[in-house]
Amino acid sequence: MTATAQPGIIELTYRDAVREAIRDALRRDDRTFLMGEDVASYGGCYAVSKGLLAEFGPARIRDTPLSESGFTGAGIGAAMAGMRPIVELMTVNFSLLALDQILNTAATVRHMSGNQFGVPLVIRMATGAGRQLAAQHSHSLEGWYAHIPGIKVLAPATLADARGMLWTALQEPDPVLIFENVMLYNMTGQIAADAGPVDIDKAAVRRSGRDISLITYGGSLWKTMEAATMLAAEKIDAEVIDLRSLRPLDDATIMTSVTKTRRAVIVDEGWRSGSLAAEIGMRIVEQAFWELDAPIGRVCSEEVPIPYPSHLENAAIPQAPRIVAAAKAALGRS
Amino acid sequence: MSTNLDKPRLSRPHALELLKQMIRIRRFEDKCAELYTQEKIRGFMHLYDGEEAVAVGVIPVLMPRDRIVATYREHGHALVRGVPMTTVLAEMYGKQEGCSHGRGGSMHLFDRSTNFYGGNAIVGGGLPLSVGLALADHMRGNDAVTVCFFGDGAVAEGEFHESLNLAALWKLPVLFVCENNLYGMGTALAISESETDIERKAACYRIASEAVDGMDVVAIEAAARRAVHAVRETGAPYFLECRTYRLRAHSMFDAQLYRDKAEVEAWRHKEPIVRFQGWLEANHMIHPDELARIDAEIAAEVDAAVAFAEAGTWEPVEQLTRFTYAERAA
Repeated sequence: MTATAQPGIIELTYRDAVREAIRDALRRDDRTFLMGEDVASYGGCYAVSKGLLAEFGPARIRDTPLSESGFTGAGIGAAMAGMRPIVELMTVNFSLLALDQILNTAATVRHMSGNQFGVPLVIRMATGAGRQLAAQHSHSLEGWYAHIPGIKVLAPATLADARGMLWTALQEPDPVLIFENVMLYNMTGQIAADAGPVDIDKAAVRRSGRDISLITYGGSLWKTMEAATMLAAEKIDAEVIDLRSLRPLDDATIMTSVTKTRRAVIVDEGWRSGSLAAEIGMRIVEQAFWELDAPIGRVCSEEVPIPYPSHLENAAIPQAPRIVAAAKAALGRS
Repeated sequence: MSTNLDKPRLSRPHALELLKQMIRIRRFEDKCAELYTQEKIRGFMHLYDGEEAVAVGVIPVLMPRDRIVATYREHGHALVRGVPMTTVLAEMYGKQEGCSHGRGGSMHLFDRSTNFYGGNAIVGGGLPLSVGLALADHMRGNDAVTVCFFGDGAVAEGEFHESLNLAALWKLPVLFVCENNLYGMGTALAISESETDIERKAACYRIASEAVDGMDVVAIEAAARRAVHAVRETGAPYFLECRTYRLRAHSMFDAQLYRDKAEVEAWRHKEPIVRFQGWLEANHMIHPDELARIDAEIAAEVDAAVAFAEAGTWEPVEQLTRFTYAERAA
């Protein structure tokens, strides 16, 4: 993080923004602590929590054994007993080892107990491909989690959201999962030095346009913005929606946009079959079918485990040229 | 049954209370089985018949501030902890007057007012939860013990090992109570475990442990006192294996093809109520009038619970999606 000449504005990375959010939460609330694999001495697999151990000590920056189910369940229990833990799961692939606790306990306790107990827990994890980490570290399973009633699912794509969503999530009485796309950690930009909490229930229009709605989230936002720029060169004015929250979905913002542009392409790094893109497409059909001038398109990951070589990995996940092609197809342009 | 200096509190009133609590669970569940055949109770229902001494021996040793995590075979634990029989049975009926608003049923009894954290129907799933409850108490300096009940089946789960390691590593006040009834559903312990001496597994995690005759309520209570005292004094976990036996089927759907009737019969002679009552009688610690009074009190309580559950109401279908998330104040 570096101060710039402009007063009140700081330049930082997405990684810095997440770290500032954690630091802020730890300062504000003594019930909050961070636990996960290598979060303390190592500083976090993606260096998110670097320096926090020295500042807050080992009780609040807590290294865990490689026991995803155990420490996620411990986070659930601690939350039920009045703490406000942040659990870090190293990647979404590893989160599957904790899926029992997330689905069978965190998401169900309020319901099963007839509203007597809640789980005010935040679980953060890295998601997405692009670092040549192959088929056990690179998947985008946030759409799976968005299937589960009882939890909320967030995907911060901007520095302001990386900085601001965590505190709001910690105020929720129910579990919140935050997905951080690995390709965003090094993204650099400027935000207000006093940037703070942001809402976590509205989608955002990141680029306003008239001709087509490009609906996306997380790491794909920036590829979609790039695609919108490429489309602008061809006189196509695309609107870009950043979902921000994957559960619940902000239907109103989506339908307002689609009603205006009459065309939609959904960009989702999850696999195509049974994807979040499929859910959004169906909602548009249910709620705005008569507003559409063209079939809904989508750009998802290919139905293959993420491969190691860079050229194959890039081909497996959404990229700007594929988004441009899908948008043009929806507009009947070649 | 032996008596020794570990059992200093076995006054006559206390002994009668132990007996009464065990009979209370048994009679309640006998009624539940009857109600199940009448289709008043549906779904899976797991009875505690034969294992009552464990809950009755352990739970009264706890303070109100202590926390309990139990399994899907938890009717007895809830009753002994003080969850009213009325709301427990209403829950099993699925009525909204139930202790979990009817949303959980037999396997998911919860009660905030007694720190009863369920009713967990994922084998092993309650262990990480208990570690977290204890972690919160540890971090806040609360003098509370979390007791986690689980069966021998849970010992094969990764969550068992992860939880014992975490509790020992972070020195958390958890009392792990293994209710070893020799079968994980229909699989005998020897078929699922390379080391069938479960108590020994705790040693790998440097957790103090002991095994106790799970059919001897007095021995269990004495062990529980030692265990809870140790957890409170040291803040560290403790492991208690209670060697017991399930006399009824695993659930109401179980044809019990995996064990001989003779085996079950043999255990019937060792079951905790017969044994403790016989011992009290032999030692002239109980009068037939007192037994009759206990029976009458329990019968009245069971009748009242049935009446309460029968009179309970169905939650309106319009409320179906409630309790998925917290409801915000309007």
